Amino acid sequence: MPTVSVKRDLLFHALGRTYTDEEFDELCFEFGLELDEITSEKDIISREQGDTKAEGASDVILYKIDVPANRYDLLCLEGLVRGLQVFKQKMEAPRYRRVSPASSEPQRLVITEETTAVRPHAVAAVLRNITFTQERYDSFIELQEKLHQNVCRKRTLVAIGTHDLDTISGPFTYTAKPPGDIRFKPLNQAKEYTAQELMSLYKTDSHLRHYLHIIEDEAVYPVIYDSNGIVLSMPPIINGDHSKISLNTKNVFIECTATDLTKAKIVLDMMVTMFCEYCEEPFTVEEAEVVYPDGRTCQYPELAYRKETLSADFINRKVGISESTEHIAQLLTKMCLRSEVMSDGEQIEVEIPPTRSDVIHACDIMEDAAMAYGFNNIPRTTPRTYTIANQLPLNKLSELLRQDLAAAGFTEALTFALCSQEDIADKLLKNISETRACRISNPKTAEFQVARTTLLSGLLKTVAANRKMPLPLRLFEISDVVLKDESKDVGARNNRRLCAVYYNKSPGFEVIHGLMDRVMQLLEIKPGQGNGYHIQAADDSTFFPGRCAEIFACGKSIGRLGVLHPDVINRFELTMPCSALDIDIEHFL
Amino acid sequence: CIPVLSTYPILKTLLQRVEKVDGGLDSQDVATSLGVDHQAIVGAVKSLQALGDVISAEQRSSKHWELTGEGCEIAEQGSHEARVVSSIPEEGMPQSQLMKLAFGKVGFSKAMSNKWIRLDKGHEGGPRIFKTVERLEDLVRDKLLLVQKGQASQLEEKEKNELKKRKLLSEVTVKSYWITKGSCFSTTITKQETELTPEMIASGSWKEKKFKPYNFEAMGVALDCGHLHPLMKVRTQFRQIFLEMGFTEMPTNNFIESSFWNFDSLFQPQQHPARDQHDTFFLSDPAQAHEFPQDYLERVRKVHSEGGFGSQGYKYDWKIEEAQKNILRTHTTAVSARMLYKLAQQEKFTPVKYFSIDRVFRNETLDATHLAEFHQIEGVVADFGLTLGDLMGILHQFFNKLGITKLRFKPAYNPYTEPSMEVFSYHEGLKKWVEVGNSGMFRPEMLLPMGLPEGVTVIAWGLSLERPTMIKYGINNIRELVGHKVNLQMVYDSPVCRLDS
Repeated sequence: MPTVSVKRDLLFHALGRTYTDEEFDELCFEFGLELDEITSEKDIISREQGDTKAEGASDVILYKIDVPANRYDLLCLEGLVRGLQVFKQKMEAPRYRRVSPASSEPQRLVITEETTAVRPHAVAAVLRNITFTQERYDSFIELQEKLHQNVCRKRTLVAIGTHDLDTISGPFTYTAKPPGDIRFKPLNQAKEYTAQELMSLYKTDSHLRHYLHIIEDEAVYPVIYDSNGIVLSMPPIINGDHSKISLNTKNVFIECTATDLTKAKIVLDMMVTMFCEYCEEPFTVEEAEVVYPDGRTCQYPELAYRKETLSADFINRKVGISESTEHIAQLLTKMCLRSEVMSDGEQIEVEIPPTRSDVIHACDIMEDAAMAYGFNNIPRTTPRTYTIANQLPLNKLSELLRQDLAAAGFTEALTFALCSQEDIADKLLKNISETRACRISNPKTAEFQVARTTLLSGLLKTVAANRKMPLPLRLFEISDVVLKDESKDVGARNNRRLCAVYYNKSPGFEVIHGLMDRVMQLLEIKPGQGNGYHIQAADDSTFFPGRCAEIFACGKSIGRLGVLHPDVINRFELTMPCSALDIDIEHFL
Repeated sequence: CIPVLSTYPILKTLLQRVEKVDGGLDSQDVATSLGVDHQAIVGAVKSLQALGDVISAEQRSSKHWELTGEGCEIAEQGSHEARVVSSIPEEGMPQSQLMKLAFGKVGFSKAMSNKWIRLDKGHEGGPRIFKTVERLEDLVRDKLLLVQKGQASQLEEKEKNELKKRKLLSEVTVKSYWITKGSCFSTTITKQETELTPEMIASGSWKEKKFKPYNFEAMGVALDCGHLHPLMKVRTQFRQIFLEMGFTEMPTNNFIESSFWNFDSLFQPQQHPARDQHDTFFLSDPAQAHEFPQDYLERVRKVHSEGGFGSQGYKYDWKIEEAQKNILRTHTTAVSARMLYKLAQQEKFTPVKYFSIDRVFRNETLDATHLAEFHQIEGVVADFGLTLGDLMGILHQFFNKLGITKLRFKPAYNPYTEPSMEVFSYHEGLKKWVEVGNSGMFRPEMLLPMGLPEGVTVIAWGLSLERPTMIKYGINNIRELVGHKVNLQMVYDSPVCRLDS
């Protein structure tokens, strides 16, 4: 969930009133936001770097507000204020308009064929005659960063470049070139670098190094030039220094390059709708023309208003309220979804503005109606859905056996389903290839290399962590292991196991054997061949030679029991003899 | 100290004596008057004390005079000087012969100074001794006899000191008990038993016996028993709650899931951050799932990339390769998706209530409250015409069973539910609202491609099992609750789980 940091007093000024922290927290809650933290720059620096560093830092109070991940329109002060003011019916939602330049051709961005391989999409727009202040400028930069981190998926899907239009001249060319052929002075650097040099320069940059991988291995890098060959940007890494914007910039050229065109359009719409209120003619955005390699042209930003028609009954039925059509239309209008009751008095025509890209279905509109109504004002009802409960037979069996294993004097352990390869192979004197283990491709540490194929290693690690406890230790676990299985759609399946260990000064084979007998008794299986159970000597590298037996029930092999091999004891850093029982209980369903 | 039978007569006598006196008596005096060793009386006192409040005995100490070994001999046989006199015949005795007697030397000089004998040095045959008195008063013996009878007080201090000087008397400090009647005084005593025995039960003798009181201050013996893990105890309770509410358990025994069922079927776009390597465990072996319901997969592809079922869709290039990627499931909702798809394949829709409590996996940064695996609790209800109010009503009933009565709901975002609500409960201890779960209505983009009828609404909610357990058992670090590093003592000591109390 993205967090937006806004200056409290600036926010209250824009909202036209002040709130206590509690009041504002309440307003946020109602609106689906969360006032996460009340702090200041000074507090933040002092917490992260110590009091001395914080000296002289601003102690202006900041509100850190958590915004839902799909509400890109609330990621800056401008958007938050607009959303809340409309919600509180202090203002009407503005209408955003795309306009043609007054006295010239629109700015053009020409996309060349070369971009197809690396980053094929681009959209652009112009904010004409904008007035920045320090706060507006900071917010403008901050919104780009927030969009980059969220909807742009860390610049992989979309990268935003903003430029002082008066320093460059169109038409602009979006192309891709071999890194050695790109050379320019990047933002905030003193000299020119080739793209190759930049990639190594930014290897150590705490911020930019995270984006290098997006194009690093490509044969060509994306780049945007103006008509004089000046580099605007090398997306998604860095802009040129030449066209950088400042507080004095009057005309802003915004380009978004992308691997996902839908997201690019959304991002461009967000950038312009949030800041066009500071243009000479507020809420207007000057169009730019994008020319595709095939000659097709498109005007951006789209700023599309879409209409949906739905009935008041639909909303009442889904939410569980009974409001008039008029009232529901009012509720929706409070959420920036301008709504009108249609002539039949039942249908509502809802207009979805370009800022609400999150509204893609009638259910999204229904949610906004419920939010505006107030979730906590909805009567809580009990559905009449009549059903009979059933337990999953495997879980029912597991629950029953757990109770009786504890009654038999064994204590339940709860160990991890993920572990290292060593845990299930080397330490148990097994070869990993015979374990049928599923492997994880992206573990952060060795603890998460594989899904366990046995419960035994987890139990032995539990014993190792509890060597100080009085002996004997009697532990069990009934849980799932995971095995590769070609017959399943995902190529693997869980297997429910019962595993128990007895750890003492003597191996206690008779104890673990007794437990096995008890389990069979609980499962109503009598000793004997055929339909009964019996054990017979078996070879298993995990166990001490001659001290391992295979367990057969109803003619099928269901597991093993025996005294563990001294090398297994050692590898789990244990010192006493130990016997173990390991059976598959799915046979008893 | 159980009274042994041989001490019975003393106990009885002692009790009879105590009964007769008013103020109480001294153990030392009792010993003297009974003519027994004082230690025997002390033993009797201790035995009686062990029987409860039969007597009360207060320890005190006193000084008294006692005969030495030599003093005793004198009291019996007379003083050395008296014995000298009585051993001399009328014709006298040679001095050398007298000196050979044990008492000779001391007796000779004392008898001489008492003028009871005379020495004839010039007697023929060596010096010879003759007695000068026929009858004598042996005062030393008389005094010692007085002391022996306990009447030392009749002697003067000077006399006693003189006898002490002669090492015939010594002054000793005696510890004794002042014995009085206790609140349960009785002259009859019964032997105290420690435990009831099968013989007593068989013979009925327990009826006559007195039993030694137990020390109820002490702890009992630690039992040698098995224990259930606290997290599993809480799981059992949650399972019970769902069963009480008529929910059927889903088969969640498939940790490995395809991205298709975990994400795509839930209308979670392929670029969603949850599908990132940093958030999800992907598998390298088996890396891919094969076999999907083909027509359903096609509908899922379409709703993502082009929209449909009333939706705009996400309008991106949906790739089968992303859907095939195997992962460790990030939520049990993957199983809910499979179950709802299965439900949609029924000839006629029937309402269902499902639940599950099982492990899910996240490739997250670990801290005191986050592990790479945890248990998710999930409830799902599918029926025609369910409302958001119904969801809140069910949640109210569910949380009521956990003892949580004050709930409120905050709008939230979740890719597969709309509306989505975070559930908050008022924490009386913290005096604030804390998040206790997440809930919502599954999106039509998820349900309609499965083939569920248009009017069916599916409401669902989820929470973690670990968090309420940590609150319940007062555990701050999740590693102290789950995994092999837990202290087994914590497992041994964990109480039963009653979620509503």
